[in-house]
Amino acid sequence: MSIIELSLYQQAILLLAGLIALTSFLMLGQSRLVRLVKVFAAQGMLLAATTALAATVLEYPHLYVSAALNLLLKGIVIPLLLQRLIHRLELHRVMDTVDHPARVMMGGAALVVFSYYVSLPVVENSHLVTLNAIAVSLAVVLLGMLLMITRRQAVAHVVGFMSIENGLFFAAVVSTYGMPMVVELGVAFDVLVAAVVFGVFFFQIRASIDSLNVDRLSKLSEVEP
Amino acid sequence: MSLFLANLSLLLALFSALVAPIAGCAGGIWSRLGRTPVLLGRLGPGSAGPGEERRSPRISRLARIAPFILLALSGGFGALAGIIALRGGATSTATVALGLPWLSWHERLDSLSGFFFCVIGLPLIAVSLFGPGYVREFEHGRHPLWVLSFFTGFFVAGMELVLLADDAFLFMIAWELMSVGSYFLVAFQHEHSANRRAAFLYLLMAEIGAIAVILAFGVLAGFGGGLTFAALRGAALSPLWASIAFVLALTGFGMKAGLVPLHAWLPEAHPVAPSHISALMSGVMLKIAVYGFIRFTFDLLHQFHWQWGVLVLVIGSASAVLGILYALQQQDLKRLLAYSSVENVGIVFVALGLSLIFLSNGKTHLGTLGLVAALLHSLNHALFKSLLFLGAGSILYRAHEQSLEHMGGLIHRMPKTAAFFLLGTLSIAGLPPLNGFVSEWLVFQTALQAGTLDSGVLRSLIPTASAVLALTAALAATCFVKVYGVAFLGLPRSHHIAHAREVPHRGMLAGPALLAACCVLLGVLPTPLIDLLGRVTQPLTGFVLPDISALGWLWLTPVAPEVASYAPALVLFGILAVGWLSYYLLYRRTGLEPRRAEPWDCGFGGLTARMQYTSGAFSMPIRRIFEPVFGMHESIEVTTDGPAATRVRALRYHFQVLDRAWPILYEPAGHTVTRLARWVGRLQTGNIRTYLGYSFFTLVVLLWMIS
Amino acid sequence: MVWALAILQTLLFIAAAPLLASWLKRIKCRLQNRRAPSLFQPYRDLRKLYRKRPIVPYPASWIFRAAPYIVFASTVLAAAIVPLAAVDLPTARIADVIVLVGFFALGRTFQVLAGMDIGTAFGGMGSSREMTVSSLAEPAMLMAVFTLAMSAHTTNLSQAMNYVHDTGLVLRPSFVFALGGLLLVAIAETGRIPVDNPATHLELTMIHEAMILEYSGRWLALIEWASQIKLMLYGVLIANIFFPWGIAQDFSWPALICGVAAIALKLALLAVVLGLSEALFAKMRIFRVQEYLGFAYLLGVLGLLSHIILEAARVHH
Repeated sequence: MSIIELSLYQQAILLLAGLIALTSFLMLGQSRLVRLVKVFAAQGMLLAATTALAATVLEYPHLYVSAALNLLLKGIVIPLLLQRLIHRLELHRVMDTVDHPARVMMGGAALVVFSYYVSLPVVENSHLVTLNAIAVSLAVVLLGMLLMITRRQAVAHVVGFMSIENGLFFAAVVSTYGMPMVVELGVAFDVLVAAVVFGVFFFQIRASIDSLNVDRLSKLSEVEP
Repeated sequence: MSLFLANLSLLLALFSALVAPIAGCAGGIWSRLGRTPVLLGRLGPGSAGPGEERRSPRISRLARIAPFILLALSGGFGALAGIIALRGGATSTATVALGLPWLSWHERLDSLSGFFFCVIGLPLIAVSLFGPGYVREFEHGRHPLWVLSFFTGFFVAGMELVLLADDAFLFMIAWELMSVGSYFLVAFQHEHSANRRAAFLYLLMAEIGAIAVILAFGVLAGFGGGLTFAALRGAALSPLWASIAFVLALTGFGMKAGLVPLHAWLPEAHPVAPSHISALMSGVMLKIAVYGFIRFTFDLLHQFHWQWGVLVLVIGSASAVLGILYALQQQDLKRLLAYSSVENVGIVFVALGLSLIFLSNGKTHLGTLGLVAALLHSLNHALFKSLLFLGAGSILYRAHEQSLEHMGGLIHRMPKTAAFFLLGTLSIAGLPPLNGFVSEWLVFQTALQAGTLDSGVLRSLIPTASAVLALTAALAATCFVKVYGVAFLGLPRSHHIAHAREVPHRGMLAGPALLAACCVLLGVLPTPLIDLLGRVTQPLTGFVLPDISALGWLWLTPVAPEVASYAPALVLFGILAVGWLSYYLLYRRTGLEPRRAEPWDCGFGGLTARMQYTSGAFSMPIRRIFEPVFGMHESIEVTTDGPAATRVRALRYHFQVLDRAWPILYEPAGHTVTRLARWVGRLQTGNIRTYLGYSFFTLVVLLWMIS
Repeated sequence: MVWALAILQTLLFIAAAPLLASWLKRIKCRLQNRRAPSLFQPYRDLRKLYRKRPIVPYPASWIFRAAPYIVFASTVLAAAIVPLAAVDLPTARIADVIVLVGFFALGRTFQVLAGMDIGTAFGGMGSSREMTVSSLAEPAMLMAVFTLAMSAHTTNLSQAMNYVHDTGLVLRPSFVFALGGLLLVAIAETGRIPVDNPATHLELTMIHEAMILEYSGRWLALIEWASQIKLMLYGVLIANIFFPWGIAQDFSWPALICGVAAIALKLALLAVVLGLSEALFAKMRIFRVQEYLGFAYLLGVLGLLSHIILEAARVHH
C-alpha cells in the first residue's frame, strides 16, 4: 500500500500532516518568541485548512464551522493576543535559546519515529491515512511537550500547550471527522479563556518575581537548593 | 599450493626477524675485526658513533636491507597465495605438529583469509620498498636498527598467522604475537616519556581486548566441545549465549580496530611508531581485527540478529563521524591520519552492520552487498592509508617535521612525493574516480535499499545512519583538503621545510607509487575485484552478487542496472577528454603564454608565510559548529606595551582539542580500578602475623571443603 | 545516434548556462530598479577573458594551473549525466546521483586547493569557508536525494524522473520537504544570497570569490563558466525531478523540441523565484550558515521520515 494508490484527498491530508509536523519542528528550533508565535499561527492555519478540506470532500458542513473557529482563534486571535503580550512585557528582544539545539532536534526526530512505532499496533485494523494521522498527531503532542520542557519563557510554555491541543484536534478531524459541535465549541472557548488567563498570570508572575523565566519559579520552593 | 605459499610467506617474515640480529651481529663482529671493539647488537644508547657507517658500509647496508627484502618476498608470496585462494575458491587445510600435546596447530586458507592476505601483501611490499631508505634515519639513532627489524618481522608473522589459524588456540597465540610485536615497535623510540606512555596504553588495551576475544571463544568452545574452528562452527547456541559471545567479540575486535569509544589508544600509539610501521599498523593491523570480527560473526557464529546489526551500525556511525571530527582538529599529521583510521574503520563497521541487519531480515542479496562493501573498503583503506603514512614518513625523513603548522609549499620541494600524496588524498576524501569513492558508494547503495525492510524503525534508522555517513564523507574531504593545502601548497611556514628536498632513495618513491597505482586501478576498474569477492561471500552468506557487471565489465551495477550504475573508467575518460579538449582549445589555439607576477591579494601586497591560513585556522569554523563534541582548551595571550599597557603588540591564540572519551570513559575506569586496587590492598597489612593468619584460614577452609 | 544525442544535450547544457545566469541577473536588476545588461553579456565576458593573457602568481604550483581544467571537466561531466531535455540517454547510466555529488566534490576540492596554492590570506579564508559550507550542505543534499531515491527505488536520475513522470500528480509530503531542502542547498552550493554574494568583492563577506581571486584570463573564464553550469545543474535537477512534465521520453523531434521548450520555461520560472528570494533576503553571517544548512538537513530528515511514516506504511490487514 503506497501513496500512489490513495485518492488525491488523502494525499492532501498526508501532505498537510507533514507540514503540521514541520511547524512543530520549527517551533522547537525558534529562539525568538515573536517568530515562535508566528509559526504557531501558521500551524493553526494549516489545521484550519485541513478541517476545511475534510468538510469539502466529506461533505460534513459542521466541519466548516470548526474550520472557521480554528482559523479565527488559533490562526489570528490567540497569536495576536500573545504578540501583544510579548510586546507589552518587552520580551520581543529576549532570546529564549535552547541549550543543545542539535540534541533537541535529534530527540524530536526520534520522537516522531517513536510515535509512529507506538501507534502501529493501536490502529492495526484501520486505514493507512488514519494510522499516519494518529502517528503525526501523537508526534505533534510529544513535540509540544518537548518544547515546554526545553524552554524557560512562560510564553513559550503557553505556545507548547496550545500546540498539544492542535495535535489532538488534528487526530480528531482526520480519524473521526471532528468531535460533536458542543465539545468543539467548548474546547475552543476553553482555549481562548486559557489564553486570557495565561495573559493575566504573566503579569502577576512578573509583578511578583520580575521575570517570566520559569527557572526562577523554583525560588518559591521552601527547600534550599 | 596456496597454503604452501602462505606458509612460505609466514616463514619469510619470521626469517626476516631472525636475519636482522644476525646481520647486526655480523656487522658488529666485522667492525670488531676492523677498528672499534663494539658489538653492534649490544650497543648501549648513544654509543653508536658517527663514524660507524664508514666502518662497515656494505654490511650495515646489508643488515638494513636484508630484512626488507625478505619482508617484500613475504608480502609478494602472501598476496600471491591470497589471489590463488581467491580465484580458486578452494579451501586448503593442514595440521602442524606444534603447540599443545593434545591440540596440534590447525591451519586453513580459504577465500576470506586469502582476501586478507592480499590486504596484508600489497602494503607490505610497498613498505618494504620504502623501508630501506627510511630506516637510515635510525641508523645513527640511540637504538640499534636490528631491534626494529626483529620486531617488525614478528609483527608481520603474527598478522599472517592470525589469518592462517584454524583453531582458537593458535589464533590467540598469533594475536598476541601481533600485539606484542607491535608494542615493541610503538615503544621503539622510548626515550620520550610520551611514547612509553602510549606504548603502555596500547599494550593494556590490546590485552583487555584479547581477554574479551578469549572469553568469546570460550563461550563458543563451551558449547562446541573443542577449540578447532570446525568444532566452534558446530556449537549450537541459544540466542542469549550467541549474543553474549557476539558482544564479547565486538568488544575485543572493536578495541583492536579502534572503534569509538575504545579508540583512545589508537591516536596515541600509531603516530609514535616509525612511519613505515605506522603504515602497517593503521593500514593493515586494523584490518586483521576486521577479519577477526568477520570470521567470528559471519563464519563461526553464523547466526544473525537485527539487534546486533543495529549495535554495530550505531557504533560504526559514531566512530566514523567522531573519528573524522577529531582528525580535522589535529595539527600533528600522523595523529590526524590515525584519527582518520578510526573514521574508516567506522565506515567498514557501518557496512558490516547493514549487512547483519539485512541478513537477519532474510535479504541475503543486500547482506552480501554490505559485506562486499566492507571488504572492499578494508582493502582500499589499507592502500591509501599506507600511502599517506609513507608520505608523512617522507616529510619526516626530509624535514623532521610532523606538525602541519610548520609545513607549507612542499609541492615545490618534493614534487614526486607530493604527486603520490595527492592521489592518496583524493582517494581517502572519497572522490570519483578513485578507489575510496567506490566502496563508499557501495555502502550508500546498500543503505538505500532499506526500503525493502518490513520494520519501520529499521527503515528510518538506516537512512539516518547513511546521513551520518554523508556528513562523514564531506568532513573527510574537508580534512584532507586541509592536509594537502596546508602541508604541500602555499608558502613554507618554517626554515627546515623551506629547505627540504625530494627523498633520495628510489625505493621511497617506488613504495608510494605502487600504492598510488593500486588506488587508481581499483578506483577505475573495480568490477573484476568485486567479482572475485563473490568467492568470499559464497561460504559466508551463501550468496554471490549476480548482476555486478550486468551492463558489461566497465559498469558497476551492485543491485540492478536500473537501480544504480557507475562506470568509473568512463568517468576518468570523460574528465581527461574534457580537460584535454578545453586545454587544447584555450591554450594551444591562442598560444598566449601565462605571465609570472606577484600575487594580487586584493592589492594588499607584501605576502609572507605568516599571513596564510594555518591548519588550526582552516578548521576553525568546523570547530565552532561542532563545539559540544570536543573537549577544548582555548586561550588568547595578549602582549601589550606602551603607557598603561594600551598598545597591543602581539596576540597569540592557543587551542588544544582533547578527546572526550578520556573524561567520560577512561578516567572513571582508571579511578575505579585504582579504588578497587586500594581496597584489595588493605589485605596487605605488612604484618607477618596477618599473612600467617591468611594461610591458616585458607588451609582450614580447604580442608573443610575436601572433607 | 543516442550517444550523439547525449553529447548534443551536454553541449546545449554548457552553451545555455551563461544565458540562465544573465536571465537571473536581469530579474534581479528589474527588482532593484536598475537597468540590466544584455542577455548575451556573459558570453562577451567569456570571450574577453579568453583573449587575455593569464597571470600566474609566483608561489603557484601546477595545481593552480590544472585546477580550472579539472573544475570545468568535472562540471561538464556532471552536466552530461543530468537529463536536460530527454531521459533514457546513455550518459545518464555512467553515474548516478551519488556520483553527481561526488563530481561536485571533485571540482570543489581542486578549486579549494587552488585557493590555498598561492598562500594568500584570502585564498585560505575562502577555502576554509567553502569547505565548511559544503561539508554541511552535502549531507543535506544527500538526505534530499535519498528521499527521492527511496520513493523511486533508484538512484539513477533518468529512471527517477521517469518514475515521477509516470506516476502522475501525487502529493507527496516527502517531496515537498526534499524540494525545500534541495532549494536551500542549491542556494548555498552555488554561492548565492543569503550564504554568499556572487557580486561582492568585500573581504569579509566573500567565499567563492576569495578562492578565485588570483585567477585571470582563460582560467577565470573556465571557472566562471563552470559556476554558471553548476547553477544551471541545480536548476535542472530541481525542475526535472520534482516537475518532470514535458521532458522527452522518446527521441522523436517533436518530443525533443517540446522537452527543450519545457526545461527553458521551467528554468526561467525558477530563476524568477531565486531572483525574488535574493532581492528579499540579506546575506547572513558565516556562523548563521550552519543554522540555515541545519534547517535544510532537518527538511531532508523530515522528508525521509514522512516518506517512511506517511507514504510507504505497511498496514497488515
